[in-house]
Amino acid sequence: MEVRNEDENTNLLRSVDWFTIVLYLIMVVAGAVSIYAATYDYDKASMFDLSEFSGKQFMWAGLSFLIGFSLLLIDRRIYEAYAYPIYGFMILLLIATIFVAPDIKGSRSWLVFGPVSLQPAEFAKAATALALAKLFSTYGFTLNGWRNYAIAIGIILLPILCIILERETGTALVYTALVFVLYREGMSGFVLFAALMAVVYFVVVLKFAAMTFMGIPLGMVIAFIMVMTLIVGMLLVYCRSWILGRNVLIGYLVAGAIAVGLSLAGVNVNGYAFFLTVIILSLLYLLWGMLHDINLKKVLMTVCFAAASVMFMFMVNIAFNKVLEPHQQTRIKVTLGIEEDLRGAGYNVNQSKIAIGSGGITGKGFLQGTQTKLKYVPEQHTDFIFCTIGEEQGFVGSVTVLILFLALILRVITLAERNHSTFTRVYAYCVASYLIFHLAVNIGMVIGLCPVIGIPLPFFSYGGSSLWGFTFLLFILLRLDADRGNYGSW
Amino acid sequence: MRKDYNLEKRKLVIGGFIVAIVIIYIIRLIQLQVLDNTYKAHADNNAFMEKVIYPSRGLIYDRNDSLVVYNVPEYDLVMIPKDVTPFDTVDFCNTVRITREEFDHRWQEMRKGRSFSAFTQQVFMNHLTPEDYGRLQEKLYRFPGFYVVQRILRQYNYPVAANVLGDIREVNARDIENDDYYRPGDYTGDLGIEKSYETWLRGVKGKEILIRDATGKIKGHYNDGADDVSPVAGNNLKLSIDIGLQAYGELLMQGKVGAIVCIEPKTGEILALVSSPSYDPALLMGKERGKNYRDLVNNRLKPLYDRSIMAAYPPGSTFKPSQGLIFLQEGIITTSTMFPCHRGYVNAGLRVGCHGHGSPINLKPALQTSCNAYFCWGFKYMMDKRSKYGSTGKAFEVWKNHMVSMGYGYKLGIDMPGESRGFIPNTAFYDKIYGAGQWVGQTIISDAIGQGEILATPLQIANLSATIANRGYYITPHVVKSIEGVGVLKKNIERHDTDIDKLYYDDIVQGMRMAVLGGTCTRANIPGLDVCGKTGTAQNPHGRDHSVFMGFAPMNDPKIAICVYVENAGFGAAFGVPIGALMIQRYLRGNSPGLQAQGRAMASRHTITYPKVKKTTSDTKADNNKTNNKSSKPVSSDGSKE
Repeated sequence: MEVRNEDENTNLLRSVDWFTIVLYLIMVVAGAVSIYAATYDYDKASMFDLSEFSGKQFMWAGLSFLIGFSLLLIDRRIYEAYAYPIYGFMILLLIATIFVAPDIKGSRSWLVFGPVSLQPAEFAKAATALALAKLFSTYGFTLNGWRNYAIAIGIILLPILCIILERETGTALVYTALVFVLYREGMSGFVLFAALMAVVYFVVVLKFAAMTFMGIPLGMVIAFIMVMTLIVGMLLVYCRSWILGRNVLIGYLVAGAIAVGLSLAGVNVNGYAFFLTVIILSLLYLLWGMLHDINLKKVLMTVCFAAASVMFMFMVNIAFNKVLEPHQQTRIKVTLGIEEDLRGAGYNVNQSKIAIGSGGITGKGFLQGTQTKLKYVPEQHTDFIFCTIGEEQGFVGSVTVLILFLALILRVITLAERNHSTFTRVYAYCVASYLIFHLAVNIGMVIGLCPVIGIPLPFFSYGGSSLWGFTFLLFILLRLDADRGNYGSW
Repeated sequence: MRKDYNLEKRKLVIGGFIVAIVIIYIIRLIQLQVLDNTYKAHADNNAFMEKVIYPSRGLIYDRNDSLVVYNVPEYDLVMIPKDVTPFDTVDFCNTVRITREEFDHRWQEMRKGRSFSAFTQQVFMNHLTPEDYGRLQEKLYRFPGFYVVQRILRQYNYPVAANVLGDIREVNARDIENDDYYRPGDYTGDLGIEKSYETWLRGVKGKEILIRDATGKIKGHYNDGADDVSPVAGNNLKLSIDIGLQAYGELLMQGKVGAIVCIEPKTGEILALVSSPSYDPALLMGKERGKNYRDLVNNRLKPLYDRSIMAAYPPGSTFKPSQGLIFLQEGIITTSTMFPCHRGYVNAGLRVGCHGHGSPINLKPALQTSCNAYFCWGFKYMMDKRSKYGSTGKAFEVWKNHMVSMGYGYKLGIDMPGESRGFIPNTAFYDKIYGAGQWVGQTIISDAIGQGEILATPLQIANLSATIANRGYYITPHVVKSIEGVGVLKKNIERHDTDIDKLYYDDIVQGMRMAVLGGTCTRANIPGLDVCGKTGTAQNPHGRDHSVFMGFAPMNDPKIAICVYVENAGFGAAFGVPIGALMIQRYLRGNSPGLQAQGRAMASRHTITYPKVKKTTSDTKADNNKTNNKSSKPVSSDGSKE
């Protein structure tokens, strides 16, 4: 053991992924500098002044370097061995937080220790990743059968529930990104495809709800046509059933021609009646046709998928109006461009677009941004930090940040795949999933492509919990990855 | 543990997903940051508040350096609608002393304005007095979005020369469109030299660029004030007007309609430019401007109409010196040529009346006695001299060109807006009326004595006097002597030589001198001043004859050339000559108690007839026609007497 330990230490320096560490350092320092720019108030306080956000962030950053370094020194077996206890402890902490935490802006997610506040939800990400990694690396575990699915999904859902109860919906949504991990580990791609289609239907139905066509909302018409296209497409590409696909396509074209002819003749065709009739007839034809088809299962899948799509379409409006809170509805409508509420829900995003747009190609220069300096963008040092970069560093700076993140995420995926250990791979994919979600949603909302969901931009946004949370995630991964050569030696 | 290579391919889906997201976001950033330029303006609109600092408008002095027009501060209450948050309207109304109804009215008016924008400065109220301002200043913090802008108010030391000075008014939409300088609520010159010298008087606006945060708080000057611009005050003007003489002229013209123009012949500087009736220039300033302006516009006697340069009158007998000059130049006559006058010009059944004097008569006595027949014969001979000109039409063109060279028929180019060009007909004009070749000298004989179609402004008549005084040239008449910091404008002092030989002028001068010594204008014979003059009694379709005097003095070193034109006042000797004599004395001898007494006496002689006193309909109609002299019909040929 003694000898091996020395080996390990020299090995560590050689085997740890320096590329990731460099990316991490660049982003953390750039983040703290951006926070200085975002909160700079013409009174010229020092960047490192501890009473300033930037000074505090540098302090958090310094401590997180220490944490990262310490994490690298911990034996990887500790992570594997204590994955479940850590997860269990974090869940208990999350639950305790619900009752202990003071109400800060409607959220009960902060544990206050004197001057320092910490958000357990940020640290639970690492714990959940460890637990999932542990589950998948259990001998003989494969993502098969409802039992195993239930366990995996349960591990993910548990923190989500706790965090929703803490009223931090944004952070809770981050965990849904772990669906990527399930997909990587064998879950059917249909789930991802279905999720994607669900988003598309949702957007289309709501976006074009106001206009009418064939007596029904235009959004529904488009969604119906998408479903029909999907049926034909799946038959041809997925099932490779040429005859069924061709027949259904011809049927749709004939039906469409009849509809056009009727409306030219002055007959009002009701959209619901027309589309439902056509789709149901085509599905019945497929149910009959699949008996003669070799791809019976795939055709059945197509039929189910189409039927589910139609049901989902009708549910969108109900869900939107009944389930979502009014302010959430407004945020979504603003994002979809249905409503313009520049003084209310749309204010942040509008001002943030102005900030970024006014940066131009090369930006206004460090500390020269007016939108951010003059507090036109709320939350600019936390969730909207990307505005400051967009305004002061322009297109060049913004794209650089995007590329840094893309490099990090692709690097993490590379680390995942180069490890032979399932534990490391699953853990790494968890890290990649979190990063993907944070990047897509945070920057998406700042540039007005996503509804406003209050989650930080990793490494950049102000806040010790977020920085430390991602430091934990990343350095545990680095430690696990550093041991990739020792796989099989124990 | 076995690795499933089928599943490993799924890294491409996950990696591809994030690559796609990043590409979409980069496209969005291109759209926001590279392609769309409006966001920059939005950001600047948020952050910068441009505050205009108005320059002081140029002051106006008279030729003797007396201050005529100066500025006092006044205040405009402006607002940026976007920044206004709910406030205590009752308190606000009390502070600026308006009622709630007025407040609502102003608010709506402002919103209806064509240049209304919620993001830029809008004028809510103008003409706040310093007292209003003082009260408001203390409370302004309670009304976010409201600001006070200091403006200038013109003040006048003398209640005279309104027609020369003009006024300033708020710019309208067209001004803003035509000139980038103006923003809603700015002022611009409206009449007189305030208009023609606007670009010098207004100066250069300054600006402060202030930084404003999201709550509307001012955080200081942008770039530490490096981009702020200090205003540059407008240039001061020095008038050629002698404000004392001007005031005296306006006094003399009280109760009369007409004009006096005095020019320094050598320089073209206008010493007095009186239009009567006149008004106090201060009427068109400040809060009451709108009402006063309407009153002036609606006034029957049209005080805003500057008769000295805008009214085109028949010059009457003051036209005769110019005729004499042309006849001499063209060799139609010599000083010894005699024409008969048997109480008028009698030829081919036409008679132009005249009054008793010896007959036959030559040029100088003809000028002295203002003989109509002499100039009619001269005109007839010139027009009918086929041997020289070929046709009457060609002869008339020669005649017309001489007239134009003496300053008639076109604008003289005075440095004030609205000058009229008078009217000298040409051959084509008469060809159109009578048919080409169908008219001869006798047809248009009224032109010989300044009647008929001939029209001239008092400025042109005074200018003719100046050319005679100068013996053959005039300098473009002008009212602004110099602009401080710029000097004399070249276009103001252009010399124009007439196409009459200098030697003929001496004959005309002698004739005009004789008229003063023992002819029609003996009342202008002021010992020691050597006045030369010519009366005019102009027939017109509007009622009594106009009383006209044209002259200059002293004869051999002229210092002042003058035209007095009094509408419907009878013989030239009745009003024109005495007023002219008083003006000449006032200028050459200075003010004296005697002159003041005579001036007041003249001021008390009114010639204005009021519709209620006299026949109602015809007179009002006559007044309305006054601006429309060009269309007046030619008078019958047995025209002017005297």
